Amino acid sequence: MKETAVAKTAWPRTRAWRQSAPRTAKLNVSNLLVYAAGFVVIFIVLCALMPGQIAPYSPTEMVMTDIMLPPSLTHFFGTDYYGRDVFSVVVYGSRDSLLIGLASVIIGGLLGASIGALSGFLGGIFDTIIMGFIEVLMTIPGILFALAIAAAMGPSLFNVVLAVALSAVPGYARVFRGQIISVKGRPFITAARSVGAGNLRIFFRHVLPNAWSPLLVMATIGLGTSILIGSGLSFLGLGVIKEIPDWGTLLSQGRGYLTVAWWMSTFPGLAITMLVLSVNLMGDKLRDHIDPKKSRF
Amino acid sequence: MLKTISIRLFTSLLVILGSLVLVFVIVYLLPGDPVLSMVDPSTVTPEVLASLRAQLGVDRPLYEQFGSYVSKALQGDFGKSIVNDEPVLPKIITHLPATLALTAASCFIAAVVGIWLGVLSAIHRDRWIDITARVVGLFGISMPTFWSGILLILIFSITLDWFPAMGSEGWKTLVLPAVGLGIVGAGFVVRLVRNSMLEVINEPFIVTLRAKGVAEKLVMYRHALRNALIPALTMIGVLSGELLAGTVVIETVFSRQGIGRVISDALMAKDLPVVQGVVFFSAIMYVIINLIVDLSYRIIDPRVRRSQ
Repeated sequence: MKETAVAKTAWPRTRAWRQSAPRTAKLNVSNLLVYAAGFVVIFIVLCALMPGQIAPYSPTEMVMTDIMLPPSLTHFFGTDYYGRDVFSVVVYGSRDSLLIGLASVIIGGLLGASIGALSGFLGGIFDTIIMGFIEVLMTIPGILFALAIAAAMGPSLFNVVLAVALSAVPGYARVFRGQIISVKGRPFITAARSVGAGNLRIFFRHVLPNAWSPLLVMATIGLGTSILIGSGLSFLGLGVIKEIPDWGTLLSQGRGYLTVAWWMSTFPGLAITMLVLSVNLMGDKLRDHIDPKKSRF
Repeated sequence: MLKTISIRLFTSLLVILGSLVLVFVIVYLLPGDPVLSMVDPSTVTPEVLASLRAQLGVDRPLYEQFGSYVSKALQGDFGKSIVNDEPVLPKIITHLPATLALTAASCFIAAVVGIWLGVLSAIHRDRWIDITARVVGLFGISMPTFWSGILLILIFSITLDWFPAMGSEGWKTLVLPAVGLGIVGAGFVVRLVRNSMLEVINEPFIVTLRAKGVAEKLVMYRHALRNALIPALTMIGVLSGELLAGTVVIETVFSRQGIGRVISDALMAKDLPVVQGVVFFSAIMYVIINLIVDLSYRIIDPRVRRSQ
């Protein structure tokens, strides 16, 4: 018989013990990972804020004698077909990639949360119509939705942000509506109503403060998704056309040189993965912290 | 039984109609002239612009445009490609099999790897296998498919020369894109199955089974897994839509001739009727897959069957 890790110990198998003990056991590894993730995020944010201090070369400096050099100590990520230092271009490119992710989560989150809150709090026919609409929006997968919007509006930084933000709205609206409805039904809301509090007061003073935390978790995880969708749009050529490309564009440019210079597309992709991975790790931790029962999914 | 199915069918039809409206709205209600976003006005004469407008019907009032779009779409006419005048629907249908094969293969990989790793991870909680599974899960949801696809090409095509890097003929071309897309799905499924298994393992009926002396393997695979599968199934339904959409990127990476490629080419050429057609088509597939998932609950979970 195969025993589980829990069953091997002499401790009583109570539910409380099972949930607490492994948690302390894994605390070190998972905390370490979260710290590492924190460092990665801070480093990337610093890259975006002051690329000049971190990048060893100018991202636009083309050295014709140093074309497509493999990674070395002088060029960590090698050089590209213009003789630019790939590491420096990646450092500068962090700005747009991060901006697209952050801006679209903020816009999409606020818009989605407002729709969900209004729908959940008012209820009735309004709720039914709004949720029907959200249901329809959910049938179009995020990236396709963003693609269609970006294609219809043309490539620009703002349009990419808007496209990614709008594609995230239905998810936020759905989650926040559910949360608002569950808080709305709790006894303290009835109590507030019975002492004569008005709708607005109940909503802002009682419902909202008790409902926003899952939204925070969702926004953290959503940041990863938004960065992925944003860089996907750039990869497909719908992103911003600039002298200093963002990571998705950079990766797509390097694709044609895969057989001769693998580093050109590998490192921008690694940058995207590390950022999204770190954000997801932090989101997981935040979820555990806010709602231990519903840990990772 | 028949009643539930017909109600679900009816709501699915409503949702499909809704998505048709949405696809129309996305393209025509956004600010800007769709014709101007398709061609550069400085390179063509005003007559060409006018004829394009007439061809798209955007010179007519909005309600009329919408009416004709919906009625044509319901008859299977999604208009013609602006680039080569090809009708949209046959174009989608020719390219559909390659994409369906890819979606099905990646869904299969996601389900098998995801459920298998998820169960092992929950059973061996906090051991190396659990840690591996969680790392796989995290990487799966964090890697952009265009990057994992490129890594797969680098390793298995360029270095080892096991599989071709591009094309859509034969099963060999399917392997790398399906793995690339499947990893993403597996990432989501692993995390979900692990979590729901851990929840189920804490249920009193598992304690009862163990107390009765049922073998641990039986407890896990027959009883716990069956209960943990329901959220996983919902997830796979949702995922299939996402994977279908993910083919846009992965088919570009692997130069496969599927509808993902059709839409990304159409996007480059600003060929809006094709974009609309593909988006609408994928919405239909998503609705159908989720309908199937919904109905299959009754096979997996007898409680659903009895409650109706």
